[in-house]
Amino acid sequence: MAILVVAAHDGKTVRANVANAVAAASHMGSDVHVLVAGSNAGDAAKSAAAIQGVAKVLQAEDAAYANWLAEDIAPLVVKLAPNYSHVVMAADSVGKNIAPRVAALLDVAQVSEAIQVVSPDTFVRPIYAGNAMATVQSSDKIKVVTIRPTNFKAVAGSGSAAIEQIGGAGASGLSSFVGAELSKSERPELTSAKIVVSGGRGLASGENFKMLETLADKLGAGLGASRAAVDAGYVPNDYQVGQTGKVVAPDLYIAIGISGAIQHLAGMKDSKTIVAINKDEEAPIFQVADYGIVGDLFQIVPELTAAVDKK
Amino acid sequence: MKVLVAVKRVIDYNVKIRVKADNTGVETANVKMSMNPFDEIAVEEALRMKEKGIATEVIAFSAGPAQCQETIRTALAMGADRGILVQTDVELQPLAVAKLMKAVVDKEQPGLVIVGKQAIDDDSNQTGQMLAALLGWSQGTFANKLHVADGSAEVKREVDGGLENIKIKLPAVITTDLRLNEPRYASLPNIMKAKKKPIDVLAPDALGVDVAPRIKTLKVEEPPKRKAGIKVKTVAELVDKLRNEAGVI
Ligand SMILES: Cc1cc2nc3c(=O)[nH]c(=O)nc-3n(C[C@H](O)[C@H](O)[C@H](O)COP(=O)(O)OP(=O)(O)OC[C@H]3O[C@@H](n4cnc5c(N)ncnc54)[C@H](O)[C@@H]3O)c2cc1C
Ligand SMILES: Cc1cc2nc3c(=O)[nH]c(=O)nc-3n(C[C@H](O)[C@H](O)[C@H](O)COP(=O)(O)OP(=O)(O)OC[C@H]3O[C@@H](n4cnc5c(N)ncnc54)[C@H](O)[C@@H]3O)c2cc1C
Repeated sequence: MAILVVAAHDGKTVRANVANAVAAASHMGSDVHVLVAGSNAGDAAKSAAAIQGVAKVLQAEDAAYANWLAEDIAPLVVKLAPNYSHVVMAADSVGKNIAPRVAALLDVAQVSEAIQVVSPDTFVRPIYAGNAMATVQSSDKIKVVTIRPTNFKAVAGSGSAAIEQIGGAGASGLSSFVGAELSKSERPELTSAKIVVSGGRGLASGENFKMLETLADKLGAGLGASRAAVDAGYVPNDYQVGQTGKVVAPDLYIAIGISGAIQHLAGMKDSKTIVAINKDEEAPIFQVADYGIVGDLFQIVPELTAAVDKK
Repeated sequence: MKVLVAVKRVIDYNVKIRVKADNTGVETANVKMSMNPFDEIAVEEALRMKEKGIATEVIAFSAGPAQCQETIRTALAMGADRGILVQTDVELQPLAVAKLMKAVVDKEQPGLVIVGKQAIDDDSNQTGQMLAALLGWSQGTFANKLHVADGSAEVKREVDGGLENIKIKLPAVITTDLRLNEPRYASLPNIMKAKKKPIDVLAPDALGVDVAPRIKTLKVEEPPKRKAGIKVKTVAELVDKLRNEAGVI
């Protein structure tokens, strides 16, 4: 049976993590379909068709799908699901919102944030903030799975899958979209950036984060933060890296004024190279850092910014 | 309206988790247990609704072994009015918890249910969404702000790109995110008072719910350990390592 990947998109292109979900799905079976539901989602459907490994794209047009409300999208997925062995979504804020609703409507369990597909019914997933790895086996007929994008590399190349138009299921009338307050940034998106510069409570103010912005821009990096920095209002919520924020795995993660609580480590310890800048040499972040530098960030960060300039 | 809040008993967030030697799970014997932090936020939100006169009664729900009574007592000490424990020693998965909660909702008819966005042990992030699905209710997940009035709720949600505002019909299920509020501590007099508040204890069978796990845990293992690296003395040395050893800049 085929696998259905449910794609989030902005109307123009599907999110980058859809290619990761397709890569994960290809370990569950060979025939991967992508559902692109939306209002004027033609371009997004085309972008899905161009992902390597996609056999078919289902485009569902309905005004109700414009803003990805779970109450409206879930019934559509549920209607399609009996033709599939698996329903797969990336474990981002869209997937986490919709997949459990789909699973419950199908009366099946859901597997959250799989990091490895052992076999079509067996998955590895982190529990306890990544301090333990559980191998779990699902006995349900349809398996609803969210996958952690950073653990599945998109397959190289491009495809040209057929796009099939399917009808929408209409609006539930339960919820409506009012508006969004999105953080505007020219910087690379946190979860796909090659380099991430991240700041914690040690920055002491939102104003001081400007210093990290300068460094990030020099490196072409995305900007992240600890929960403490978000709670204190230094930066918006979507900067939070960790167990209950975003999971990142860049080539280089620079933790600045972050102590390294397990909840923070859960979101970044799969980074290839980790750098820690902290004035406390006992800070737990040094236990996972490849390169640590003990000292005052207010002195080190400007020095570092100047040094990366000099080739 | 009544507000039902879920309170889950989990290993305290400060405890360093140890995987059992036989790989069947994590060590829970003699480990400090607490209320899931997201559920403290759920209780706080419900209490604030009661203080504003929007909620008439706050009911704390938990499912699991007998010790979950302690977690319910904590909610009662914060100010909840009464508790409901569905007692079972079976390993409960989110779908089962959602079904148990649905049975309780059918009985109690709350106007709003508030649960945590995720439990910090199993990290599933499913129960609230599943409950909303089973009830055919709307869902306001990852709530950063909640405003309830005139049969609907405005919910500000924490999403990947920032914040999103939705308006949902009541009754509804809300799941809490970290910035929704700062939970209060229970005062000593309230802890004393909580001892007299009622807790109903029910069995899953009595609610007609099959709680058998659908997902089998084959094994639980330690994650690969990251080795600590080196400390460098100067920024110049750091940049040199990043360029020439790690090759990442
Ligand atoms: C339910 C729950 C969920 C959570 N989820 C997350 C999550 O997803 N992500 C997350 O990050 N946290 C999360 N946390 C919070 C986590 O436990 C820590 O509280 C948080 O990560 C600490 O942030 P911090 O390292 O910035 O602050 P602190 O722990 O206060 O550390 C600040 C560091 O800055 C250093 N410092 C200070 N001044 C300077 C200076 N001038 N120069 C150099 N170094 C300096 C200090 O030495 C210290 O190590 C969660 C907690 C709970 C209970
Ligand atoms: C290897 C392993 C062994 C386990 N063994 C056991 C066991 O023996 N016994 C056992 O009880 N659990 C056990 N668990 C935990 C159990 O699987 C989880 O409780 C269940 O999967 C629910 O997931 P969650 O709490 O992460 O759900 P989430 O969807 O993340 O929870 C979100 C919210 O739902 C509510 N909620 C969830 N569960 C409850 C509950 N029980 N009571 C009240 N509110 C709740 C809370 O508001 C919570 O914040 C085990 C887990 C693993 C991985």
